[in-house]
Amino acid sequence: MEDDAPVIYGLEFQARALTPQTAETDAIRFLVGTQSLKYDNQIHIIDFDDENNIINKNVLLHQAGEIWHISASPADRGVLATCYNRTSDSKVLTCAAVWRMPKELESGSHESPDDSSSTAQTLELLCHLDNTAHSNMACVVWEPMGDGKKIISLADNHILLWDLQESSSQAVLASSASLGGKGQLKFTSGRWSPHHNCTQVATANDTTLRGWDTRTMSQIYCIENAHGQLVRDLDFNPNKQYYLASCGDDCKVKFWDTRNVTEPVKTLEEHSHWVWNVRYNHSHDQLVLTGSSDSRVILSNMVSISSEPFGHLVDDDDISDQEDHRSEEKSKEPLQDNVIATYEEHEDSVYAVDWSSADPWLFASLSYDGRLVINRVPRALKYHILL
Amino acid sequence: MKNDFRKMEDEMDRLATNMAVITDFSARISATLQDRHERITKLAGVHALLRKLQFLFELPSRLTKCVELGAYGQAVRYQGRAQAVLQQYQHLPSFRAIQDDCQVITARLAQQLRQRFREGGSGAPEQAECVELLLALGEPAEELCEEFLAHARGRLEEELRSLEAELGPSPPAPDVLEFTDHGGSGFVGGLCQVAAAYQELFAAQGPAGAERLAAFARELGSRYFALVERRLAQEQGGGDNSLLVRALDRFHRRLRAPGALLAAAGLAEAATEIVERVARERLGHHLQGLRAAFLGCLTDVRQALAAPRVAGKEGPGLAELLANVASSILSHIKASLAAVHLFTAKEVSFSNKPYFRGEFCSQGVREGLIVGFIRSMCQTAQSFCDSPGEKGGATPPALLLLLSRLCLDYETATISYILTLTDEQFLVQDQFPVTPVSTLCAEARETARRLLTHYVKVQGLVISQMLRKSVETRDWLSTLEPRNVRAVMKRVVEDTTAIDVQVGLLYEEGVRKAQSSDSSKRTFSVYSSSRQQGRYAPSYTPSAPMDTNLLSNIQKLFSERIDVFSPVEFNKVSVLTGIIKISLKTLLECVRLRTFGRFGLQQVQVDCHFLQLYLWRFVADEELVHLLLDEVVASAALRCPDPVPMEPSVVEVICERG
Repeated sequence: MEDDAPVIYGLEFQARALTPQTAETDAIRFLVGTQSLKYDNQIHIIDFDDENNIINKNVLLHQAGEIWHISASPADRGVLATCYNRTSDSKVLTCAAVWRMPKELESGSHESPDDSSSTAQTLELLCHLDNTAHSNMACVVWEPMGDGKKIISLADNHILLWDLQESSSQAVLASSASLGGKGQLKFTSGRWSPHHNCTQVATANDTTLRGWDTRTMSQIYCIENAHGQLVRDLDFNPNKQYYLASCGDDCKVKFWDTRNVTEPVKTLEEHSHWVWNVRYNHSHDQLVLTGSSDSRVILSNMVSISSEPFGHLVDDDDISDQEDHRSEEKSKEPLQDNVIATYEEHEDSVYAVDWSSADPWLFASLSYDGRLVINRVPRALKYHILL
Repeated sequence: MKNDFRKMEDEMDRLATNMAVITDFSARISATLQDRHERITKLAGVHALLRKLQFLFELPSRLTKCVELGAYGQAVRYQGRAQAVLQQYQHLPSFRAIQDDCQVITARLAQQLRQRFREGGSGAPEQAECVELLLALGEPAEELCEEFLAHARGRLEEELRSLEAELGPSPPAPDVLEFTDHGGSGFVGGLCQVAAAYQELFAAQGPAGAERLAAFARELGSRYFALVERRLAQEQGGGDNSLLVRALDRFHRRLRAPGALLAAAGLAEAATEIVERVARERLGHHLQGLRAAFLGCLTDVRQALAAPRVAGKEGPGLAELLANVASSILSHIKASLAAVHLFTAKEVSFSNKPYFRGEFCSQGVREGLIVGFIRSMCQTAQSFCDSPGEKGGATPPALLLLLSRLCLDYETATISYILTLTDEQFLVQDQFPVTPVSTLCAEARETARRLLTHYVKVQGLVISQMLRKSVETRDWLSTLEPRNVRAVMKRVVEDTTAIDVQVGLLYEEGVRKAQSSDSSKRTFSVYSSSRQQGRYAPSYTPSAPMDTNLLSNIQKLFSERIDVFSPVEFNKVSVLTGIIKISLKTLLECVRLRTFGRFGLQQVQVDCHFLQLYLWRFVADEELVHLLLDEVVASAALRCPDPVPMEPSVVEVICERG
């Protein structure tokens, strides 16, 4: 079984921000935000035609500033949030805003890629996440299963919960909490847990991971010194409610059970530089994707701590005896955690990786030089998991 | 002649008649004397009988007298002689009376004998006599066995009690040699006597009797062993092996005699077992001791490293510390080997046991002690790499470096030396598989490699943190025009130089790429600044946003991917290269997260040029430093809305001045 070659797409600018179009479950579509201090920044809507292996892009102008973080609404395909830098009077402000893309781009248009750049369209601003009190928005995360009305933003040492009202045209600060303590504490990253009715958010600041209850905005757990150095990113296991993964500047990826904050369940040390991103596959949580500034993307199979440690459980009803026998045999095979593949298509630091929201076997990675690479899980493994 | 014969015949006939007459007379005399003779014989018989009767009649009084005098042997002999007759004629009333009397006296005698037996004031031989007499008196043998043993038990238990008292609750008991001597002469000697007497006395008892004795010996023996083990256990902590070995030797030797007598009781085997156990524990103790010594060395090194430096001295002498540690550990190992070697000395009674010839040498000393120690040393060293506090504060980096060199030295020489020494001292001659030298060396090398890699990470992190703080905390947009190299860069160079010196104390120089020579310094700076110029010149012209990428990508095509945290080799250049790579990559990533004003960019330019001037000499391939620093400047230029680079000549002037 030969695997498809990776598909590479180049942006003209540096880029760090990547997200799948979360609300889209049919087409494979990613949003990429660029970073340029001299030119108008753009959001590239990248459609991947799986059958023909072709990329179609649409470019939206994001004139507010360079994009540091981007996230898409889980409910409305047209709505997205960005964190961007605005430079004024020799000061850099990082703001956050919710935007709507033009209607015709929501589901992707298949015009030829050549002329799209000339007719770049502009995003429609829905609302600012007012940051007069807080200057640096590190990231914006949407309530994962919700109706796209609740978002959380992390600004310096504050965690802010917003209600989006009037079809997202108004953001009202619902509640907030802040980190106390000495020194300049600063959130670097956060994720919203899909479990517990979406009432939990986890954040990273310096070497510490913290869990928050969004109803009371109080801390529920705290993993001190989760990593030896700065924690760059974290992600929740979508199928196991207490499990989360984190990664950081100590080149490690650690897996935690939040009920036991003293020891990680597992530690991976495959990268040779800071790990910037870690993402669980949305449906098969043994597949873990990491991106690092050693320019590599690594796909790992963490089957022993996944929700399917014994392989895929087959329903007894709809298989014949023979198949039953076979599946039994298969479950006996020792399942080991291993690195499935190391992807070396990037030549610069990889700052973002993510799975497609539509196809669980497909993911994109973005390096600083603006190269977006779309890869697939190796077929052999895919069939091994499915069958 | 004829006449003569006739005469002779006549005379012969006369002689014959004479003879007949004599015969006749003699017969007559015999007949007359016959009667008398018979009477005399009868009288003699009566006399004997009367004497016997007299003896019998006198017997009670004699017996009483004997008993009174304590001549029990005599009494028993008399009794033995009279017994049968009395038994036979007991139907006669007079004899009956005598027998009754005798029985009473004999009973008293037996009682007295038992009394004496029980009192036990006398020694074992008299004891044995008593038993002999009692047996002769027809006392039931089984009961006597029991009693004999019970009595012997009493005495032996007393011995045990006195031994136990020596053990006492108070630790300063007599030394172990004295203790085993006491036990040997008191208890074991006593047991020997008992066993010998028993076997002599009750030989007729057959296997049942022997079994009883064996059970007896086993029981008391086990109690004795328990005491000895308790005593030996007290000895475990002590350091003097020779005394212990001598004590064990005595102990073992003493138990060989009863061992021969009492094969069934298995005392000798049990004793050997104890000796083996003690030997094993001793090995464990020595391993523990070696470990402790190693940890002690580490503590010493830590203290030496932490001690305030003598003014004007370039840090503590790492090489000296290393030599100290190595020699101290080696001497500890040798001392331990010498100590356990005592167990196998020729003159020691147990050294020819199969355990001490085979397993003790190979599994115990070689595998358990020496290999075990080297392994545990590696483990201890490795544990410094896995310490959860990865911030590097826990272990001083110099210690990591020193340990890594120590392990490497072990790999190259020390391990094979120690193992050869062991194999020579303990002629290993059994079929147990032993760890080959190569495996152990590989482990040590791996440990050394991990330690050195960890050292690189820790030192890299220290410099990284400096660079990172310097980039993160500065307001790069509103910075002033650079006049100086920032202090932090000087600090980085200073620290790198210090690390270079530190590593140089323990590791060889290593190889550089040939291109590096002192004369290249000048040409390099021109070359690099011209390249920088080339790289971000296009960004002035707004029409070509692609060019920067294109250029840097093209350049990357020709440069190899840099593995930042890559494994290091055992030389100075490789270590320094690793540290510098980590530091510069951090600088690059931090620069990319900031936005720079024009002067901010120029400051980065100055800083990077300064680093270029000083860092190239430390690394294996100076191209690497150029590449990373170029990347830093290029990234800063990208992160600058108004990139106006400084004139290379000005940069050089500033750097040379600073």
